[in-house]
Amino acid sequence: MSNKRRVPLCAIVGIGEMAPKRFTEGATTLGMIAEVAKLAIQDAGLEKEAIDGLLVGPQVGETPQHVPATVAEYLGIQPKMGNVVDLGGSTGAGMLWRAAAAINFGMCETVLCVLANTRERDKLPPRSPNRNPIREFDVPFGASGANTSYALLKQRHMAEFSSTQEEFALIAHWARKNAQLNEKAIFYGKPASVLDVLNSPMIVDPLHLYEIVMPVAGGAAFIVTSAKAARSKGTPPVYLLGAGEKITHRAVSQSPSLTTTPFKYAISAALDQANVDIQEMDLLSLYDCYTSVVAVTLEDAGLCLPGKFGTWMKEHSFGYDGDWPLNTHGGQLGYGQPDLAGGMSHIIEAVRQLRHEANGRQIPNARLGLVTGNGATLSEVTALVLGAESC
Amino acid sequence: MLDKFNNLKVPGPTMTLISKPFWDAVAKHEFQLQKCSDCHKWVFYPRGHCPECWSDNLIWEIASGKGRLKTWSVVHKPGHSGWDEVTPYAIGLIELEEGPTMMSHLLIESDEDLIIDLPFEVSYMKCNDVWLPFFKKQIS
Ligand SMILES: [Zn+2]
Repeated sequence: MSNKRRVPLCAIVGIGEMAPKRFTEGATTLGMIAEVAKLAIQDAGLEKEAIDGLLVGPQVGETPQHVPATVAEYLGIQPKMGNVVDLGGSTGAGMLWRAAAAINFGMCETVLCVLANTRERDKLPPRSPNRNPIREFDVPFGASGANTSYALLKQRHMAEFSSTQEEFALIAHWARKNAQLNEKAIFYGKPASVLDVLNSPMIVDPLHLYEIVMPVAGGAAFIVTSAKAARSKGTPPVYLLGAGEKITHRAVSQSPSLTTTPFKYAISAALDQANVDIQEMDLLSLYDCYTSVVAVTLEDAGLCLPGKFGTWMKEHSFGYDGDWPLNTHGGQLGYGQPDLAGGMSHIIEAVRQLRHEANGRQIPNARLGLVTGNGATLSEVTALVLGAESC
Repeated sequence: MLDKFNNLKVPGPTMTLISKPFWDAVAKHEFQLQKCSDCHKWVFYPRGHCPECWSDNLIWEIASGKGRLKTWSVVHKPGHSGWDEVTPYAIGLIELEEGPTMMSHLLIESDEDLIIDLPFEVSYMKCNDVWLPFFKKQIS
């Protein structure tokens, strides 16, 4: 099968990550972007002058427009390609194939993909200035924010498939358990049993507090170059072997299905491009803003039948040394969610694992990883297959 | 019950010229939806073009105001603090008889007997001075 695998076009050659924290004091988004960009370019063994492509995220409140120009100016770079990727939690994953596409089209050679966010105590992030359908037809009924949307999706899963609270709690338990091997994780030193998850406060029924990511400040960045250029560097490259993406709706009320997701297409498209099977994955680095997102991702990836994630999970083990390593950095449920950079944490961990640099939690012989990103209400998703040089 | 919602300081609908007929009808306790004159599909939320066939030939018609429950949630900690004083409260997705699905507030005593496909019907409620189409269980 491996002889049919596509020749990888691009690779990640550098990563940078700030340890998430509950609050920042006086930091700016631009300053934090510079900090993680520097870490990533150093990790790549390159100078900042090498960066000739720039992908950034939207910045509500601070820089609503002209984000690439603002970031480029701040960093003192003059990229030949700049863009905003706006896919919510899928932004980081969406950046990688877009960087590869820009490089492959000859627009640039080395792309910086970067996301960061501040979080000041006593200063709530600005309320969304939306004046669109979700604001007009969801919010007035008391359905503000992501929690309610994901609660509605989890409730439908439970009502349709008789999935149980214990089964969902297992996902949060594993995230917390894996976070105990990641000193940077916000829940490092704070494991949670299934019972702890079930005993945590009910926020929006049927979602408990421990099933919902903790919002934190943080940042992450990665550097992408062509596969050819990557091979000449000292850092072991991690190749992009396949990508799939799909957008189906925005508001949960408009979702074409409440129990299957656009991951069904995106994951199978990414695996097809890479010409690999899901069973070949050494790491599942799955976007986990809520427990229920992991549940439906496992089902849509074809690892188990619809509604049967709980039964499947009870038959497997999800640590770095388990038979299905899942979110070995703790996932966002264990690591914390530094806004859009939270989604990028799944890529950073996959790169670490595939470079065999995940100290204390290294998956033996890790060669292939599936990374997913999800934005809005399981509305906009990206799946990536990443591979180590040994592929 | 009426005052409970009317005194809330919560965000109301951000009406547009296209959606105004929907809210005007609700204020008169009428439930109207757009219908496409070309593909005959009902459309919700209000649009300038039919999402099915892109026709701009949409007309307002009286709809049943009846539907079935697709899913629900009891909110203990609202995303907007204006709702804090009526917690816990229930929201749900109603698949209208005409086809489209809408989010609404559920007027129920308890969530214990809620099941998929339970019949619901519109029940108008004044919330922060604006009439909204909440939903209650259909009386069989
Ligand atoms: Zn039509």
